[in-house]
Amino acid sequence: MTPAATTLHTPHRVAHRQPTTEAPWVRRLLIGTALGFLSLFLFIPLVSVFVQAFAKGVGFYIHTIGDPMALSAIKLTFIAAGIAVPLNCVFGVCAAWTIAKFDFPGKNVLLTLIDLPFSVSPVISGLIYVLVFGAQGWLGLYMNADNPRLPWLANWLNDHNIKIIFAVPGIVLATIFVTFPFVARELIPLMQAQGRTEEEAARVLGASGWQTFWRVTLPNIKWGLLYGVILCNARAMGEFGAVSVVSGKIRGETNTIPLHIEALYDDYNFTGAFAVASLLAFLALVTLVLKTWVERKNAALNEI
Amino acid sequence: MLPGFKLTLGFTLFYLGLIVIIPLSAVFWKTSSLTWHDFWNTVTLPVAVASYRLTFGASFFAALVNAFFGFIVAWVLVRYDFFGKKLIDALVDLPFALPTAVAGITLASLYAKAGWIGRWLEPLGIKIANTELGVFVALTFIGLPFIVRTVQPVLEDLDPELEEAASSLGANRWQVFWRVILPMLSPALLTGFTLAFARALGEYGSVIFIAGNIPLKTQITPVVIMGELDMFDYAKATAIAVVMLVASFILLLGVNILQWWTNRHNTTNLA
Repeated sequence: MTPAATTLHTPHRVAHRQPTTEAPWVRRLLIGTALGFLSLFLFIPLVSVFVQAFAKGVGFYIHTIGDPMALSAIKLTFIAAGIAVPLNCVFGVCAAWTIAKFDFPGKNVLLTLIDLPFSVSPVISGLIYVLVFGAQGWLGLYMNADNPRLPWLANWLNDHNIKIIFAVPGIVLATIFVTFPFVARELIPLMQAQGRTEEEAARVLGASGWQTFWRVTLPNIKWGLLYGVILCNARAMGEFGAVSVVSGKIRGETNTIPLHIEALYDDYNFTGAFAVASLLAFLALVTLVLKTWVERKNAALNEI
Repeated sequence: MLPGFKLTLGFTLFYLGLIVIIPLSAVFWKTSSLTWHDFWNTVTLPVAVASYRLTFGASFFAALVNAFFGFIVAWVLVRYDFFGKKLIDALVDLPFALPTAVAGITLASLYAKAGWIGRWLEPLGIKIANTELGVFVALTFIGLPFIVRTVQPVLEDLDPELEEAASSLGANRWQVFWRVILPMLSPALLTGFTLAFARALGEYGSVIFIAGNIPLKTQITPVVIMGELDMFDYAKATAIAVVMLVASFILLLGVNILQWWTNRHNTTNLA
């Protein structure tokens, strides 16, 4: 660089930095406002969950978590998430493959329909399954009909006393519904951006469809997939409204962790409620850490 | 040509139909068992109408407050450097990750008379727990990330040359903000606002604990639906649910149109 360029450079920098930033007092005011707002709505609530969880000591905490009712709720939550997450994961990969790799009419309609469960209130998400499988719903009417079509099916359902609402299957279905779009929504834009050239090259070189998927597509989408699974799981384990409609809230049988928290709270056992809630708050923190980590991995991948 | 089109499209449509379309259509099937007269009488019951007013009003103001503070948070996170910025950036998503029941009991305890925050408001005569304000507080909490996360990426991509050009033409910082920055961010701001509003409309878990359950006063629409369900009055619950569903679908359509319009707007700018 010539000396002339350096001398020209310095005043230029001063001249253009000044008008595109704010006075220090404005900056401090804005940072202060942001921190104040976030403290009120994020930090204080988060800290208070853990403080109140241990308000009666570690012994009470362990006692509450180790209670058979709490353990049964934890088990049921794991069952519901353990079924809903893998199913929605398979669906997400299928939907993303068909939408991102092929052209067909009605694609935008399909995209909107996949997003639909996000815009349905949790209470309504539960209600729709009551209308399908409840005693006054389609299944109930069918099982109690005088002349049902397929009498053997109606008999089989009655003989085996198939119960979906106010039982575990209803909880699983409601969980699947509310977490339906998570994986698909992460994968569709990602796979659309990646295009299909790499897969087509693999095919030309003689790879089978499955080989192409496992060796080319999956390594490309693994972080996006993990991201979707993390968000899907967090919502599956924490869902309250939808599950509360279909569960019937039988303690020790059809209560998930969030429903158990409500039950303890309604019993005025606030410390107990917060002890169990701290498990879910901890899960939320783990989710945020994983999410940040995956986002960094993704950013690093995009830079290469 | 890649394989698997029929298989994946087939499975996608089958699963979508089974889990989403058929159960959702049950709402309209159940409503059709009511006469138009009964339907109208149900959805205009005083409890229902009061709940619409509260749900829409509180959701609107919560989204508005979030639009203001969320914008400041996004601005601070993109433009300034300060201690703990990365941690705060990660924590903004907490309302997405924290289950609503946990948020609900936490806010209820904080804003109760003897709670960490409630005890400071009590002498001022401000009551939050068991009032409409409680609904507003809970909806503000759950809507917080939407504005930040829609404005943040747009702000990051904003070309500083435009601001430089404006200021070299004599605009002061305040004018640059109002005439250059804000117009470019307004589609993102509007999208974030609509998303936060739509999310707040259907919210249940975080609201019920802090709002109490006072008919005509603090009952949001999902609580009214829940009340009808507890009395096994499925027809009434479904009729009110239809009103909610139609409102959410209109909003969903609005968001889609808004995003489509933004995309078109941006491409014409580039051309």
